[in-house]
Amino acid sequence: MADLSVDLAGVRLRNPFLLASGIWGESGDSLGGAWKAGAGGVITKSIGRLPRPGYPNPTIESLERWGFLNAMGLPNPGIEEYPKEIETARATGATVIGSVFGADAAEFVDVAERMERTGVVALELNLSCPHTEGLGSEIGQDPAEVEAITRAVRERVRVPVIVKITPNTADPVGLARAAERGGAAAISAINTVRALAIDVHLRRPTLSHGLGGLSGPAIKPIGLACVWQIREALTIPIVGVGGVMTAEDALEYVMAGACAVEVGTAVAFEGIGVFGRLVESLGRLLDELGFESVRSAQGAAHGSEARAPMPARRRRPPRSR
Amino acid sequence: MIRLFRTIVPVETYDQETPSTVTLRFRYPAAARPGQFVMVWIPGDDEIPMSLSYTGNPKGITVKVMGPTSRAIQHLRPGDRIGIRGPYGNAFDTSPKKILVVGGGSGAAVLAPAAEIAAAQGSRITVALGATVAPELLFEERFQRMGARVAIATDDGSKGSKGYVTEVAAELLRAESFDAVWTCGPEVMMRKVIDAAAGSRAPVVCSLERVMKCALGLCDACAIGPYHVCVDGPVFPAERIAGLRDFGRFKRESSGRLVPA
Repeated sequence: MADLSVDLAGVRLRNPFLLASGIWGESGDSLGGAWKAGAGGVITKSIGRLPRPGYPNPTIESLERWGFLNAMGLPNPGIEEYPKEIETARATGATVIGSVFGADAAEFVDVAERMERTGVVALELNLSCPHTEGLGSEIGQDPAEVEAITRAVRERVRVPVIVKITPNTADPVGLARAAERGGAAAISAINTVRALAIDVHLRRPTLSHGLGGLSGPAIKPIGLACVWQIREALTIPIVGVGGVMTAEDALEYVMAGACAVEVGTAVAFEGIGVFGRLVESLGRLLDELGFESVRSAQGAAHGSEARAPMPARRRRPPRSR
Repeated sequence: MIRLFRTIVPVETYDQETPSTVTLRFRYPAAARPGQFVMVWIPGDDEIPMSLSYTGNPKGITVKVMGPTSRAIQHLRPGDRIGIRGPYGNAFDTSPKKILVVGGGSGAAVLAPAAEIAAAQGSRITVALGATVAPELLFEERFQRMGARVAIATDDGSKGSKGYVTEVAAELLRAESFDAVWTCGPEVMMRKVIDAAAGSRAPVVCSLERVMKCALGLCDACAIGPYHVCVDGPVFPAERIAGLRDFGRFKRESSGRLVPA
């Protein structure tokens, strides 16, 4: 069977399916559970300096098979309390990546340093939460801020720094380039897409915060486009995020240039067993398509536009109008 | 996979059950089994998980007025609109022939509809019902109407025996045998029920309560050990939870921080 292990900025992952930040990441038992279910690695909930309760409910809105709209408001127990959860997760042997957020570079550095001491293999900077004023994508939309925060963290930690960027920008490549200049080891693309739902009976947004972020199948094409554009412009490793439900979805991201993917919404659709199924079906799919490893499929779709001609049977006769 | 959208429904009736407990009834078409819960949105305030206290139609929830949100529920009146999604989670198995029901405080809210269905199927129901004071005893008459035998304990002895409902339950478990024990209430109370039933052959089933946000098994707010109360529960066989570090000892706040229960 095809080799599913991948290298993410020097970190070896047993398979490319990472538990996305925000899903199952509050308790160490849950992180460990995702690992035992087959995830290639688990990313913690985004952790800040102090405990944060998040927004009042409703914090999530179901869009049925299209995915979810959420505005949790970055709830987290704070970096003081959180290390014991990572300890619980690591006791299962899990490869843990620590997600951190902050209001400014100083807070990012403070939390990142303390997160590194828990033994995580890498950090993911959440510069992209679309629904928290003064945090996340509000600073993450500014390339200068992205570069400065990445550099500040990079100078103080030894583990690879992954920067999770927002799609809520005209120029995702610019953000990725800024992160690369700041010393990022990899880019995660994308976080949720800013979105809204309104209850017409009550004439008000359904989420208590109003605006939220869209995840799931609806955003896969957006995530793919971001990964594609970043790969066309840069050589930095990319983690593809957004709507990975099947092995085909994951392979699309890999062919667009990602070396790994994050899985979130699929856990709500199928339960945590989705990781085991993804691993198995990706192995089969790669075998079927003649790839000996995930790595050998990386970026495979690039250059195809210029690769002419297409096989004759698939070419359509020109139409006259 | 079925995910129901939130449905906006008017409150049909509002009844004061006890000085601190109210029942809201509303029409919500989805089928529900006893033990399952719904997410109840009070527009402009919050959305909270509530086990159904009436699973037919109209459905109902019975709320102890404690926090700010349950106070907001107290201000609802017939005709006011609330949002409902669900039902979520699992249910009580109502097939055992002889059931001991142990309810403390508002725990009886979820036990009553399960007992009602079991009784209608011919099961014999014994209820150990506890409250701080006599007027706070929840659903005492409802249990009697379904033909259950009801044993009462109050903290101040104003009705039934003075003391904890777990002592009444322990006595019943010593005196006779049951096919199942159902309990809902504070976790320390449920832990005592599990201990009291340890010598009997009756399996104990507990209904748990945790902070909930998504109710879809995503956000991890309701994590306890390897389980998520929203999708793996809220009804758990005692043997799955009795050994967990958090059961009866810790809860997670809205931030996810672990605090003493």
